[in-house]
Amino acid sequence: MGVPALQLTDVRKRFGQTAIINGVNLEVAAGERHAIIGPNGAGKSSLFHLISARFPVTSGSILLKGESVTGLSPHQINRRGLSRSFQVTNIFHNLSVFENVRCAVLWSLGYRYSFWQRLAGLTDANLQARRVLGEIGLEHRGDTVAGILSYAEQRALEIGITIAGGADVILLDEPTAGMSNSETADAVALIRRVTEGKTLLMVEHDMSVVFDLADRISVLVYGEIISTGTPEQIRADRAVQEAYLGTGFSAAEIDRA
Amino acid sequence: MSGAPPLLHRRRLLAWGALAAVLIVLPLLFGKSFALSLLCQAGIMVIFALSYNMLLGQTGLLSFGHAVYFGIGAFATIHALNRVDHGLPLPVTLLPLAGAAAGLAAGLLFGYVSTKRAGTTFAMISLGLGELVASASLMFPALFGGEGGVSGNRVVGHAVLGISYGPQIQMYYLIAAWTFVCIVAMYALTQTPLGRMANAVRDNPERAQFVGYDPQSVRFLMLALSGLFAGIAGGLSALNYEIVTAETLGAQTSGIVLLMTFVGGVGFFYGPIIGAVLITLLQIALAGVTNAWLFYFGLFFLVMVLYAPGGIASLLHMHRRLWDAGRLARVLPAYAWVGPPLLLFFGGLIGLVEMAYQRADGDDMTMKVFGSRLDLSTATPWLAALLAAAAGLALLRASWPRVAEAWRQALASAEGGEE
Repeated sequence: MGVPALQLTDVRKRFGQTAIINGVNLEVAAGERHAIIGPNGAGKSSLFHLISARFPVTSGSILLKGESVTGLSPHQINRRGLSRSFQVTNIFHNLSVFENVRCAVLWSLGYRYSFWQRLAGLTDANLQARRVLGEIGLEHRGDTVAGILSYAEQRALEIGITIAGGADVILLDEPTAGMSNSETADAVALIRRVTEGKTLLMVEHDMSVVFDLADRISVLVYGEIISTGTPEQIRADRAVQEAYLGTGFSAAEIDRA
Repeated sequence: MSGAPPLLHRRRLLAWGALAAVLIVLPLLFGKSFALSLLCQAGIMVIFALSYNMLLGQTGLLSFGHAVYFGIGAFATIHALNRVDHGLPLPVTLLPLAGAAAGLAAGLLFGYVSTKRAGTTFAMISLGLGELVASASLMFPALFGGEGGVSGNRVVGHAVLGISYGPQIQMYYLIAAWTFVCIVAMYALTQTPLGRMANAVRDNPERAQFVGYDPQSVRFLMLALSGLFAGIAGGLSALNYEIVTAETLGAQTSGIVLLMTFVGGVGFFYGPIIGAVLITLLQIALAGVTNAWLFYFGLFFLVMVLYAPGGIASLLHMHRRLWDAGRLARVLPAYAWVGPPLLLFFGGLIGLVEMAYQRADGDDMTMKVFGSRLDLSTATPWLAALLAAAAGLALLRASWPRVAEAWRQALASAEGGEE
């Protein structure tokens, strides 16, 4: 089945005396849609921060497409084809929507720190940015300053920035957080569309989204992965049900999804 | 989409043509030697302020030490000028390139140590570097000329086509040409990948990292290029005054460029141009009229920071939006209401300040105002000025809501479109 897109081996993170991530082993195959679920405070977002190098790991190793990325900085990891979104919208607020997306494609097209080329003349970058705007349904908002978009539009832009550079490993951190039902349905369709043929790792609270999108699911509790499997396996897993029952989530919630 | 660029291009060419025309015509309108030297100074400061805004407005870096690059460029140029005297084969016209090279080198050196972080860290490091270089300049008199500075003579070599740079008007056109080139170059830079990523790093350095860019590298390159342009400005100042002293790279020069840039408006490319021209005019005009000019300067800066943090450019932009929507006439009557209170308030305030300076200045306890003499040893003029300022302030507070309301309505109707 080839080299896994992402492979975590005994990854640990401590803040002072507090262990946040406690020896996580995780393998995400290329092209797989993988969701991480777990109760609040289980360390899901922290795990994302470790994979994307927002925080350095305390110990353990992370392989991206078979190559170690442990200890690299976020921009170096991004250049190797991993891109992530944020739970709290993290965009360029004073730039237009179009500029937001264009900034996200520049490096991948090799323009680096060029100060001798006019942006208006970079046909490939401009076309790709337009195409991404179309994919996330914001083509009519291109000239709007990103900071004044509606919440759902900002979430769509967040995904747009994440996928614009053409990374083949995508990490989405609660892409539907705070959305209404219809917005969530749109977001799920969007995610399905833009991650076509790519590897997706996502953190998500909404169980219907998880069971709808994911090929496989890992359950993270207290900084450890207690179970990994297909949606059917996870639904039937006693340990998962206990973990959720113990923290106030009902098994019915999982079943309903 | 495909039809847009040529139109945009033509409009931009038109703007550049207009700028060039203004630069050419200005000395014909204000040809007196005083006005001419003022124009020269303004041109130099325009380049300097624009280079500063590459950091403050475009990259989000607040520097308290930008004079370092200006000053180093100035010293490099004056030394090069003196070498020309001894046979260095470089025309005076191109000497600001020596300033550019020195400014760039300084930017590469200091940028490396200062751009790891933005915010307070960068501001503090820039302040420290500024002090460091300023004090070092006094330790190496061979390079920086000690207290007396380094002087030179720009009328060296053979005159080419009658251009010797002896007459000030020739110096003006040299400065104007460099100003034009630098403005175009710095504008062009804002339209490149680096220029745009500088904005991105300003807005959100973390996100810039997650789209593949190293914020430190972006800041570093912007600082180095900004140093280059500041160096050109310094070089022109060296040629213009034919003397460079340690003051050139000191804290006061750093302060004035911050003030110009901020007052002009950091959010617009042309903001610093307005700020540099206006402050240069005020600096020279006010200093000739009153001893309290520095005080008024501080006051002006304070008022701008408090009430128009976007600078003059943003005020212009606000009014232009109303003008475009055909709603500008709606706010003008409200301005008429606040006009008199404003005059009264500032009249009283200026009276107080002038009297205080006159008193502190010496023995003459009288002051001539509009032909009559005021006796400053009595309480009457002081009370009158105080009363005027207080009444002006009270009336201003009472009438200001009219302006706010007029703006609210004008904007609402502008956004609502046609009525």
